[in-house]
Amino acid sequence: MRRITLWVVSTLSALVLLLSYRTSTAGTGADEAAAQPAPGTTTSSASPSTSTGAGAEPSASAASEPPSSSSSSSSGTYTGQSADTRWGPVQVRITVTDGRITDVEAVEYPQENHHDVEINSWALPRLQQEVLAAQSAQVDAVSGATVTSDGYLTSLQSAIDQAHL
Amino acid sequence: MSELPRRAWVQQLMGLPVSVHVRGAALEDDDGARSDVEAAVAELFAELRRLDARFSTYRPDSEVSLLRARASAPGGDGAPGEPSPLLAEVQHLCAVARGATGGAFDADLPGGWDPSGLVKGWAVERAVRPLRAVCSELGLDWLVDAGGDVLLRAVDGRTWSVGVEDPADPSRLLGALRLRDGAVATSGSVHRGAHVVDPETGRPASTSVQATVLGPSLLWADVFATAAVVKASGGAEVARAWLDTLSGYRGSLASSP
Repeated sequence: MRRITLWVVSTLSALVLLLSYRTSTAGTGADEAAAQPAPGTTTSSASPSTSTGAGAEPSASAASEPPSSSSSSSSGTYTGQSADTRWGPVQVRITVTDGRITDVEAVEYPQENHHDVEINSWALPRLQQEVLAAQSAQVDAVSGATVTSDGYLTSLQSAIDQAHL
Repeated sequence: MSELPRRAWVQQLMGLPVSVHVRGAALEDDDGARSDVEAAVAELFAELRRLDARFSTYRPDSEVSLLRARASAPGGDGAPGEPSPLLAEVQHLCAVARGATGGAFDADLPGGWDPSGLVKGWAVERAVRPLRAVCSELGLDWLVDAGGDVLLRAVDGRTWSVGVEDPADPSRLLGALRLRDGAVATSGSVHRGAHVVDPETGRPASTSVQATVLGPSLLWADVFATAAVVKASGGAEVARAWLDTLSGYRGSLASSP
């Protein structure tokens, strides 16, 4: 349960970071605080509730389904508390089966369309026929080195999907 | 064009997020079209689950796991029983992939036979067939992104835009590709650590590159991207020169610091 709690906290921190990248130079004090990575929350150290700031303090204790008795430590559904971000509230629910994350879901998600991504560099010279010439692009999907379920909610693909679910 | 109705579905399968997007006017006007699309998407996810149950190396009861167990059993005769037609097809494709990549893609890893690097693209191509047919009939665009490997088709002159992740910062893109039809696969070591293994050494392949390959088939784009990352451990020029030899596929290497 501790591991799950820490995971949710780090996910929310990362999600806040993700949501912040686009306008990170224009943040208010409160948003800047929310965008700080929470020290220690990605390790096994205790006190996951510290320094997440701005309401991003998921206790992850509100299991909407009781874990099954045969594998009580590794199965169940866990919902974090809602965290306020500049774009609106974000609340995360994950489902764990036999220690593997089988579902990740945003219970609440900002409504604003924020998958307008800054292009970082020009590194696809061999694919130029298809490369968009713009400095930023609205993309429909992201191709990347193998993505995993536990990283999904913090991914750009997740933001794109959420806009169309 | 961006005004067209669009729907998305996501499921976590094989430890990966699998996203399906469908776009087109028929989604708005036609209840029958919507339910046909829903059914085809449900079948896509169901087929991926069935194939995962057969091919997963994480499930001890999968056909692949049973094959591996027999192969590694002490005193085993090394003569497995008759494989299912699906397993036989994958075994054949793995052999072809090994030949086509000069051994850079090899399912015979030190830990046992593992076709995972090929099964994902193969499974997505199989599973998308009903959706492809329904969308073709209704004039709809569709796109499947399975853990960062994308298969898509757009009609009526439309395109999908696929961003390629920056290996140094997954929240940013190296660029975006505007595509009508085909596959984009990217291999590297961004999220999972060094998950591409060099068959010759059994060690993680070079982690300093990411390869993106475009082409008609997701299976082969994925295999070629994986092979390019392995080949890049002998130098980026080696991998680039090899990518240039591929017929019908084009690839790009991005370095990560």
